[in-house]
Amino acid sequence: MAVVDTNTGLQPTWVERIPAPYYVLGLLLLIMPAIAGDFVLNDIFGRTFYTGIIALSLMFLAGYGGMVSLVQMSIAGVGGYMVAIFGVSAIETISLGWPWYVNIPMALAVAVIFGTLAGWLAVRTEGIYTIMITLAIAAAFFYFTRQNYVIFNGFSGFNGVLPPSLFGVQWQQAVPFYYLTLFWAVLCFLAVLYVSRAPFGLALQGIRDNPRRMAALGFNVTGHRVAAYSFAALLAGLGGILQTWNLSQISPGTAGIGPVIDVLVIAVIGGLRHPIGPFIGAFIFVLLETFAIDALIAVGLSGDRFQLLIGVGFLVIVFWSPDGILGLWDKFKDSRNRDPLLDRGGEAP
Amino acid sequence: MNALTPNPAPTTISERLGATGTANALELRGVSKFFGALAAMEDVSLTVRPGERRAVLGSNGAGKTTLFNCVTGDFPSTTGTIRFFGEDITAFPPQERIRRGLRRTYQISLLFTGLTVLDNIYLSCTGVSRSRFSFLRPRQDDALVASAENLVRVVHLEDVRDTKVEELSYGQQRQLEIAMALAGAPRFILFDEPAAGLSPAERSELIEILMGLPGHMGFIIIEHDMDVALRVAESVTMMHNGRIFKEGKPAEIEEDEEVQALYLGDGSHSHG
Repeated sequence: MAVVDTNTGLQPTWVERIPAPYYVLGLLLLIMPAIAGDFVLNDIFGRTFYTGIIALSLMFLAGYGGMVSLVQMSIAGVGGYMVAIFGVSAIETISLGWPWYVNIPMALAVAVIFGTLAGWLAVRTEGIYTIMITLAIAAAFFYFTRQNYVIFNGFSGFNGVLPPSLFGVQWQQAVPFYYLTLFWAVLCFLAVLYVSRAPFGLALQGIRDNPRRMAALGFNVTGHRVAAYSFAALLAGLGGILQTWNLSQISPGTAGIGPVIDVLVIAVIGGLRHPIGPFIGAFIFVLLETFAIDALIAVGLSGDRFQLLIGVGFLVIVFWSPDGILGLWDKFKDSRNRDPLLDRGGEAP
Repeated sequence: MNALTPNPAPTTISERLGATGTANALELRGVSKFFGALAAMEDVSLTVRPGERRAVLGSNGAGKTTLFNCVTGDFPSTTGTIRFFGEDITAFPPQERIRRGLRRTYQISLLFTGLTVLDNIYLSCTGVSRSRFSFLRPRQDDALVASAENLVRVVHLEDVRDTKVEELSYGQQRQLEIAMALAGAPRFILFDEPAAGLSPAERSELIEILMGLPGHMGFIIIEHDMDVALRVAESVTMMHNGRIFKEGKPAEIEEDEEVQALYLGDGSHSHG
């Protein structure tokens, strides 16, 4: 689909253009609370949605901008820490107790500033060096939060961080929290999809493919990349706030080196080419993390080896399909459309 | 970058009036480019009037593309000053030069192969507009879309408007390069071997496009094909070993004995 779509004439409306399976999926997600219990809603879907949002911020940078940033989980951590510090938590000596309408925008603003600064440093590098510098920032953030007691309350962090009770709803309860995370996940997904075809996203993809040519067209390559980090930081900060509310606590381990790498694993497993990839990756990751323990114990292995399963899964996917599950799906569709006699085709009709 | 030759303060009235439009389109003074100890271009001074069409000729390695790279800032010059319509652009990054109305095409097509023809041109139009940071998609009546559509027609690519660039023929990709250089009201364009690898039919189409450019739009064209270069240019600069070797009218250059010995005689005009 072209960005500049100026074809005139009778065309189906956007409602008609959405394939039927998407409506089924949408309906299924909407009625999920009627068929699933609190555990599934909260620990599977809620987690999938906010982890997906954080991984989506990496997908935006890596998929459209060619910048693999490992700092996204730290930005999410900043968002989470800031709602705990500006808002209400059990650590009353530090938390400022501001109302939600000041607290949440402020938390997002700090996350965006942090992400922009990290991006400003990182965009001067390419490829492996971007990974290294963002990993270094992430590691620094982890150790800083663990050692700083004045702002971040050191090793123990903050607990008792709950979402505000807006409209008389206890948002931390399973059903409201499910809808809250679903709403923001869908909104972030659509926002990334929309921006990818807007001038900003189009230029970002141009910069990914050929930065020198983009400069020769009048684009400020560095500025554009930094702006992409800011946008991604907004997504990551939002995901971090939702995560903090879900767990009702945040500590240095939330944005430790393990979770930092997990975000990359999730995005790669799902696929970096399309914004749905991170959510697919997050769903698989959460399922594995939740149920692999039972599966491992059932076959007589130690339950804490679930990381092994994720590692093997990651290896298999990267080996067979560098584009993640999305790539596998494309291969599957391709082979189904292939003409078995002429061994030709593959392009969807 | 140009610490060796500091920019002299404007002394004459015409120099002070530089930016008002009475100045030369392009003015190079003592521009050199060194890669380590290797001088790709040395002490080049060149003046092109607004609306002038100049051909730069020379054998491979004469420094023609280096000249373009220094003017557009793709590779900043080592010494010397470059003025564009009177303004000293020597220290400007590429995008600032482009926004002042300078454009170029590349010898090897640098296109966005995964995007359509129209999207490529649309990108070129947004690069020099304020909407390049826009998070909103263009509307149907967007002025930039309209100008992109118009450029598609200028370079005769209507039939492949919505085709991905990777599916285009080589000649069509060259035409697209030109359309991208024409985006956003350029004042001066640098064409780097636009005819290289084109069929005779595509060549005459290229000449038609170049001759059809508005009169105020000056350009420099690097071209191995003398037929193309001498038909579209009103003056010629010969380069050799990184230096300017001769300047004059096309007829003078063609008849110059030294030029013939160095360039026309060795058969190098036949390739490309």
